[in-house]
Amino acid sequence: MLEVANLEVVYNEVILALRGLSIEVPDGQIVALLGSNGAGKTSTARAITGLLDVHEGKTTKGTVTWNGKQLPIHDPAAIVRTGISQVMEGRRIFAELSVDENLITGAFTNRSREKHNYDRVMELFPRLGERRTQTAGLLSGGEQQMLAIGRALMAEPELLILDEPSLGLAPKLVEQVRDVIVEINQQGTSVLLIEQNAMMALSIANYGYIMETGKVVMDGDGAKLRDDDDVKEFYLGLHGDEGEKKSFKNIKHYKRRKRWAS
Amino acid sequence: MSIATALLANAGTTFIQTLVKALALGSVYILIALGFVIIFKGTQVLNFAAGAISMAGAIFLAIMVGDGGLPFLPFDNPLAPSLDDPDLVLWLINLVIVLFIAALFGLVIERIAIRPMVGQPLFAMAVITLGIEVAIRPFNLDATAIQARTLNVPWGADAWELWGAQIPKSYVAAMIIATIAGAVVILFYRSRLGVAMRAVAFDQEAAMAQGINVGRVFAIAWGLGAALAALGAIVYGMAPFPPGGQVSQEIHPILALRVLPVIVLGGLDSASGAVYGGLIIASAEVFAGEYLSQWNSTLGSGYSTIVPYVVMLIVLLVKPYGLFGTAEVRRV
Ligand SMILES: Nc1ncnc2c1ncn2[C@@H]1O[C@H](COP(=O)(O)OP(=O)(O)OP(=O)(O)O)[C@@H](O)[C@H]1O
Ligand SMILES: [Mg+2]
Repeated sequence: MLEVANLEVVYNEVILALRGLSIEVPDGQIVALLGSNGAGKTSTARAITGLLDVHEGKTTKGTVTWNGKQLPIHDPAAIVRTGISQVMEGRRIFAELSVDENLITGAFTNRSREKHNYDRVMELFPRLGERRTQTAGLLSGGEQQMLAIGRALMAEPELLILDEPSLGLAPKLVEQVRDVIVEINQQGTSVLLIEQNAMMALSIANYGYIMETGKVVMDGDGAKLRDDDDVKEFYLGLHGDEGEKKSFKNIKHYKRRKRWAS
Repeated sequence: MSIATALLANAGTTFIQTLVKALALGSVYILIALGFVIIFKGTQVLNFAAGAISMAGAIFLAIMVGDGGLPFLPFDNPLAPSLDDPDLVLWLINLVIVLFIAALFGLVIERIAIRPMVGQPLFAMAVITLGIEVAIRPFNLDATAIQARTLNVPWGADAWELWGAQIPKSYVAAMIIATIAGAVVILFYRSRLGVAMRAVAFDQEAAMAQGINVGRVFAIAWGLGAALAALGAIVYGMAPFPPGGQVSQEIHPILALRVLPVIVLGGLDSASGAVYGGLIIASAEVFAGEYLSQWNSTLGSGYSTIVPYVVMLIVLLVKPYGLFGTAEVRRV
């Protein structure tokens, strides 16, 4: 189980990206982490996987514990070895390498099981098998996302963190990605699914967190959040009227006032 | 034989000899350029210490085969070939050992001076390599101060004769060694470690996220790069290359500098660019030196050493990232 408690992350000593974020990913579950641009979703992923150093970022408060132990936050390779892998935002495949070589880069922490994991990836993504020797940069967007996921699976993680896997994909492909995530989860991997596409994420998540400006503003069971009027309104508002983004803080306020009034 | 056919035959041998010389010099350039490229590929830094490192490598060999062993070892080199009549196999074994020593030297430098700089601006790292150059140079100059050190090359300055042309054995050796080194680099790139290096070169953060140990990639780049640079300096030490079978205090220190046009031409991060660049620059230099020599008074003596820079400038005007470099990527 992954436990993030009261996490505060600062970039360049001044930019406060997370302000006391707390989330949990119980074993075997899919947990959704939702929020709009700049909410701090990617920063959360970086804090867990040890990639803050690269961005001049620091964890200034709070803890990240994985199966009861603190993670070695300055050593991303060691974190992968403990069983946490990440599919980064924007896929970040190695475009100049072949499909197979991309998969090899995911296997360095788990050499003994490489063959087994490779077969598993090929079974999950037959399309990649057809393009094994092709330069990865020439794959379609959907295939690149599959490759990014496959690459992360080469480490055979217990927890897979996906940062906006549906970003920039056509609705049909988003469905495919969703199905793959479900399948991976059913094979025994916990998933932290970071998304702006709340409806997709909540349709498969056991539990969900909604964050805003660096902290959680709402959380609950996946089904409950999915049916929640505020969530619906919030995300419809987001899709419809760009100028008028609703904030959950305001919604909560409004709710409270409504309760007082009645 | 009429005068005309004699002249023609003469022109033919001159051409063959010039071509062989160009290919041989190209081989030296390729070796040193590959050293630059590997280090740049792995660490995104242009290694300004390549000159000192390559010369030190050549000195290591001179000590092993000329003085009978490394001074810090309690015993003499049991495999040192005799000075009067060096045995080829023994000499080659020593060469391989020295390449490992040079690689180790590269690893030590990386560990001491480069690794602590990981994450710092690339420019700072490039300056550090300049500092390394300055730190190693006194060793090189001391080691060659009293006399140039012989490399004790088994075939000396011998040559084969082919259609009346003199083909120095060292030139053929240079081509063979560069071919082997090129093949090794290609195989390395395809190996798992090579894949790791290319991944780090392409996107360091994404490579880290996969659990690739970037520090290890840095170390491998420096180890391989140092060995290749040393090999280039050693090959260049063989007669009839100008140092004449020795490590030269005058000629060796600036050898790496002369390879700069090659890597700029080929693209800093391209191994195949290093090969083509080495061949193009060396050909331009050698052929201009041979065939433009009657205009020596107009062009000024020593004009052939400027040719590489002229070629480089012309290419850069047309292709700013070199012939084979990756367009958007690099700084420093
Ligand atoms: N490398 C960085 N340096 C400085 N500030 C950063 C950096 N990365 C993110 N930030 C800041 O931290 C805050 C959170 O950013 P983050 O990328 O975590 O958000 P996000 O929820 O992933 O957004 P998006 O949906 O756009 O990906 C933002 O205000 C952002 O400007
Ligand atoms: Mg993000």
